[in-house]
Amino acid sequence: MGEVIDTAALVRSGSSSAADVMDACLKRINSRDKAVNALVSYDEDRARADAARIDKKRADGQTLGKLAGVPVVVKDNICTEFSRTTCGSKILESYVSQFNAFVVDQLIDADAVIVGKANLDEFAMGSSTEFSLHGGTLNPWDTQRVPGGSSGGPAVAVASRMVSASLGSDTGGSIRQPASFCGVVGLKPSYGRVSRYGLVAYGSSLDQIGPFATSVDDAALMLEVIAGHDDRDSTSVNEDVPVYTDALHQPIDGKRVGVCDACFAEGLSDDVRLSVESSIEKMRDAGCEIVPIALPHMKYAIASYYMIAMAEASSNLARFDGVHYGYRAAEPRDLADMYATSRGEGFGAEVKRRIMMGTYALSSGYYDAYYLKALKVRRLIKVDFDAAYQRCDVIALPVAPTTAFAVGEKVEDPLAMYLSDMYTVFANLAGLCAISLPCGFDGSGLPIGWQLMGQPLGESTLLSMAHHYQSMTDYHLQAPELATK
Amino acid sequence: MTKSIDADMVRRVAILARLRVSEDEVQRYVGQLSRIFDYVDLLNEVNTDNVEPLTHALPVTNVLREDVVRPSLSSEQALANAPQADRGFFVVPKVLDQESS
Repeated sequence: MGEVIDTAALVRSGSSSAADVMDACLKRINSRDKAVNALVSYDEDRARADAARIDKKRADGQTLGKLAGVPVVVKDNICTEFSRTTCGSKILESYVSQFNAFVVDQLIDADAVIVGKANLDEFAMGSSTEFSLHGGTLNPWDTQRVPGGSSGGPAVAVASRMVSASLGSDTGGSIRQPASFCGVVGLKPSYGRVSRYGLVAYGSSLDQIGPFATSVDDAALMLEVIAGHDDRDSTSVNEDVPVYTDALHQPIDGKRVGVCDACFAEGLSDDVRLSVESSIEKMRDAGCEIVPIALPHMKYAIASYYMIAMAEASSNLARFDGVHYGYRAAEPRDLADMYATSRGEGFGAEVKRRIMMGTYALSSGYYDAYYLKALKVRRLIKVDFDAAYQRCDVIALPVAPTTAFAVGEKVEDPLAMYLSDMYTVFANLAGLCAISLPCGFDGSGLPIGWQLMGQPLGESTLLSMAHHYQSMTDYHLQAPELATK
Repeated sequence: MTKSIDADMVRRVAILARLRVSEDEVQRYVGQLSRIFDYVDLLNEVNTDNVEPLTHALPVTNVLREDVVRPSLSSEQALANAPQADRGFFVVPKVLDQESS
């Protein structure tokens, strides 16, 4: 079982009240968040009022939803009417959305309580949660280290057990990599499985919202709640949502796990390699067949991914112009000066760098060489995966080449930061679902994650494999010392 | 293979992107962008003749719906986050300066 599932069952049955659950959650947040800065805003009064409303609903005889009284936090690029949505950026410092994201309404309809908003790299651009208006988030296992990113806040809120589940977004690994660095479960659903309505867009063909949790069971339940068709997102898939919490228990005997040797080559730290290899062996012991697969275009994924993501970012972030919302520079000379100065002052260094690169890649004379070329290579990468899934049901690989790196280590070297996404960008380029699972600790006691990647809309199979792995291990049950305070 | 990125190019791109950048930033971007695009040139190893670009991974193209009126943001809501608004309008600085108007 899982913490989310247990809490919801207790509140639904009346054995616990949502108010008591919320009290305990706020106590944990108040005693732990100062050390790690996972949350950018939370409102105790509103959270308590929401919890009381759920208790009243039950007292009035209504049946409560799947997340009855469960406190959650969402990444601060997911729009909420009841609080600011800053994206960790000065340009949106005081922005209050006029509508809820689809996933926020889904959580509320399921009787979850959204306690607050969690930190991120500005506009979800980064792999370390160091680039935020609200300051960096720290890794609860070692506060000298980054929690990964860009969904560092939601990952840390769960890792330090302030909440049992949270939502992040994943454009190139932004859920899976922090899950791996923080020792929790992180799920990136297939492209289109979860509506992006109300997610502040970064790379629209790559972005997907997904859950963090301390167990696969809880991640499955969260996905069950947030998945579904929404006609306000034209890329939302119109397919029924399986009961993922039932699908978990499918047998995995005879399932084929694809392994690509090139994913275990240079650049991968020994601790990570050994843990991931031993996880694959556990799947063999559980009755899975391990099959070799080839991904011939693997080494081009990062270059293709960053060109596409930056091009899409430069287009998407054109909307921040100092007119409709957000920061406006003081005393501009004229309209053009207002645009340029508002954006120059409002965006941080990494966001500006990506807008510059995306604009360059899309500019006349370079479009074919960079952007179009990247899209063609993306096609070849997708074809590689289509072929691989003829031979296997899921693919096993590392999440990140190392465990959590030191705060500040990669700030001055953007390319090194980008290269650390080498194992996660595939799933976004090819629209796959993928999950990061705790699979061990390195010599310094930092968590290691491994990744299972499934076919588009193959979440049921993916989650059942993940669940069986989890039932053979206890890494997901380990928590940092901060979680006991 | 592509022309290297110099300070003039960075300034030109900043104008296209409507981003005010300081001279310090220009110098920093020359180095960082050059390094990153040198890496991206790796893509030129790949033969992409007759390969169709893939803009996104879903097999859907046009998504249509009935053209019916639905509730949308009120004027007040649409203006709620505006840095400057007046009588139902967004207010912006003048577009043209005195001499050119």
